[in-house]
Amino acid sequence: MKRFRFGLAPVTVVEDVRTPDRLATATRRRRPSTPPWWFAAPAMLLFAFVVLVPSVRGIYYAFTDWDGLDPHFSVVGLGNFAKMLDDPNAGQAIWHTLLIAVAITLIQNGFGLLLALGVNTIIKSRNVLRVFLFAPAVVTPIVTAYLWRNLLGPDGAVNSLLGVVGLGALRQDWLGDPELALWSIVGVIVWQFGGYSMVIFLAGLQSIPREIYEAAAIDGTSSIRRFWSVVRPLLAPAFTINLMLSIIGGIKLFDQVYALTGGGPGHATDTISTLIYKDAFTLGEFGYSIALAVVLTIIVAIASSGQYFFLARNERAAS
Amino acid sequence: MNRYTWRTFGLEAVMIAVAVVVGFPVYVLLNLALRAPSDTSSPIAPTTAPTFDNFTQAWQRGALGGALVNSVMVTVGSVLVVLAVSSLAAYPLARVTARWSRGMFLLIMLGLVLPFQLAALPLYQTMRDLGLLGTAWALILFYSGLLVPFTTFLYVGFLRAMPRDFEDAALIDGCTQLEAFRFVVLPMLKPVTVTALVLNAVAVWNDFFTPLLYLSGSSQQTMPVAIAGFVGQYAADWNLIFAALVISIVPVLVVYFALQRSIINGFAGGLKG
Repeated sequence: MKRFRFGLAPVTVVEDVRTPDRLATATRRRRPSTPPWWFAAPAMLLFAFVVLVPSVRGIYYAFTDWDGLDPHFSVVGLGNFAKMLDDPNAGQAIWHTLLIAVAITLIQNGFGLLLALGVNTIIKSRNVLRVFLFAPAVVTPIVTAYLWRNLLGPDGAVNSLLGVVGLGALRQDWLGDPELALWSIVGVIVWQFGGYSMVIFLAGLQSIPREIYEAAAIDGTSSIRRFWSVVRPLLAPAFTINLMLSIIGGIKLFDQVYALTGGGPGHATDTISTLIYKDAFTLGEFGYSIALAVVLTIIVAIASSGQYFFLARNERAAS
Repeated sequence: MNRYTWRTFGLEAVMIAVAVVVGFPVYVLLNLALRAPSDTSSPIAPTTAPTFDNFTQAWQRGALGGALVNSVMVTVGSVLVVLAVSSLAAYPLARVTARWSRGMFLLIMLGLVLPFQLAALPLYQTMRDLGLLGTAWALILFYSGLLVPFTTFLYVGFLRAMPRDFEDAALIDGCTQLEAFRFVVLPMLKPVTVTALVLNAVAVWNDFFTPLLYLSGSSQQTMPVAIAGFVGQYAADWNLIFAALVISIVPVLVVYFALQRSIINGFAGGLKG
């Protein structure tokens, strides 16, 4: 006898005593109605209003010279995209976006994986470290970015610290130097989200059964070899999620650039997202700005589908 | 691997050193926030005469109390709506194999790939025409729709792995579909609801781009926009700015440390979903 409670009335379900396959046919025959379609209606309406309809309209506006206000505008075909080819800022912004996405993906996940391996041991501080190292990931990015804008300034704490430990020669204008600013932004993001990658890798590591480690250890393999041949393939799902999150997060990056450099010095750190914002709200070029958003969409779609197929193949190979 | 050796100790020391480096900005943040603007010593030297002046000043001048209330309202409102509509939608989308169901699911999943920059500008125009610009309602409406694809994705994945015997039993016993959802399916969705709650709440609370667009120039600001405005206004007064940053971080960290287990599991939960 199994007892279930629905609301107030306790209900008793008598277990069926017929043979299993007869039971299966019987339940199938009297399988109750399926949930109605209108359960999905509220979500669908909200989604259509906020995402679907505006996105479709956005794609249409990308082929117009709409300025965001004037109800009269004309269709300019591929004009906005042709203009993009002539706009050095757009080309640069696309390049910066890809560079940041790749750099964050490699560095943040490398750092996060090392942290996860370090915390997934018997060190006494492991629980405290896990909570502490993840903490930056929940703090508002715009807030941490303003903090770092000061720390990375010419008289900021980073340069002071370098001076104190005798590395004064390495002092830099971290955000003011066009060669360096992009990498400083990457550094800030790795600082903030390394712990996020760590937590996901850690969940992956902890789902690997103990016996597998022990068997590999008994076989006398070196720890690097053990990681590469035993642990790494079993971490495939964690890699998938982490790479997905960092690539797409990197491609859409806006907040940190806005707060740290505003896209500057000059246009040295402009990303597609900061350019979209500037073109639309300071230059009033909505049509052009949305054309940039279409390019962003295409890049995100290529990155996520490419990654999905690549990693799905790897996961299959690992299992 | 099971004994605490000198090598383990070495690893422990390295990990703590890394944590100190990661924590260094927090030290500078507190150090400068507690410092009078007249004190111009090095930012890393401990402040000798700490003062809470900056905090009271920042709180009053930045109208941070109002921003905090707005942020809480927007976050709670958006997350409640999106969890309610997405869990309800996931039930037929996971259970019905008819063409409309698969089509609708794919359509919603398309939203995972579309960056919001694409929709943001046309939606800006619609919000303006509806007179919603500059209100917290615009944001609640926006997030409730924006987060549907991700939340529905989590719920559908979880529901598909869940046997349908329980809801079938409830339906045979005379529940309506809505009752079966409310009293049988929803309680069993609790683990994935926690994950969705944590990820969505953090995303909404921290979002900057949307409120920057939809609330600019209004008095109803969320915390990130209020902070950005504050930095713009007191550009050189870093002690004051740092106090404002601390004020904005404290509520987040209090919640984080109080609920750290569920929050970290929530973030790691995507792995199982």
